[in-house]
Amino acid sequence: MEHVLFFLAAIGALGGAIGVVAMRNLFYGVLALVVHLFSLAVLFLLLTAAFLAAAQVVVYAGAIVVLYVFVAAYVGGDTESAWEPIPGQRFLAPLIGVALFAELAIAVLASALRALGTDGPDVAAGFGDPAAIGNLLLEKFLIPFEASSLLLLLAAVGAVVLASRRSAPSEGEVPTSR
Amino acid sequence: MTVEWYIVLSSLLFAVGALGILLRRSPIVILLCLELMLNAGNLALIAFSRMVGNEEGQVFALVVMVVAACEVVIGLGLIVAIFRRKLPLDVDELRELRG
Repeated sequence: MEHVLFFLAAIGALGGAIGVVAMRNLFYGVLALVVHLFSLAVLFLLLTAAFLAAAQVVVYAGAIVVLYVFVAAYVGGDTESAWEPIPGQRFLAPLIGVALFAELAIAVLASALRALGTDGPDVAAGFGDPAAIGNLLLEKFLIPFEASSLLLLLAAVGAVVLASRRSAPSEGEVPTSR
Repeated sequence: MTVEWYIVLSSLLFAVGALGILLRRSPIVILLCLELMLNAGNLALIAFSRMVGNEEGQVFALVVMVVAACEVVIGLGLIVAIFRRKLPLDVDELRELRG
């Protein structure tokens, strides 16, 4: 059962990732990202990370994908030009991708981590549930937690500044009429 | 499933994301591929946290998620600002900052 679920989720995650890369239409790419994210949430559940799986669905599928869809609708779908500025990019890029995968796989699988071949130790029933993560966040990792809240605040302010309508008209700029 | 499978899957996803960044020219698709790479890192973190039997890796993954959210907000804000100025949305034409 666990194996079947793993392979289904792995196929979903991989297919979604390839869809993001391969789709010409931006909307289909975003939909492929949704498939990828849900499959990843299933994988997180298999790894007994229940809170992370829920956060993945809420944060990504709930917030980030909606943001992408809105911006894609605002900017318009077909923005990619067909010409190839770097000679041989279409042949070189897959080569580099395959080389990167081979390097990562060799680096991990050839390491001396003996526990890689196991399922991991047996864990208690509450492993990775919200209470456990919350305890860690508020006790051991309090400073990173506060720092990440500051980062979120900065990102929100930055987005408002970047996307604000009234930008000072500098030279050569058409006054924003949209 | 042993932890190895998750790690191999995560490196495969990372390579696919990197391939997308190398191949595509639309900045929105490049941001999407960045998401793929961050998610692959998350999967590896959670798999290793399961391997050790310790939840601290999951806190790391949560922080990576926060960083991904910030990156998306800023990146999409930049894209909207670029679009407003009627500049081409193509990373090969937006090369003024290149050294």
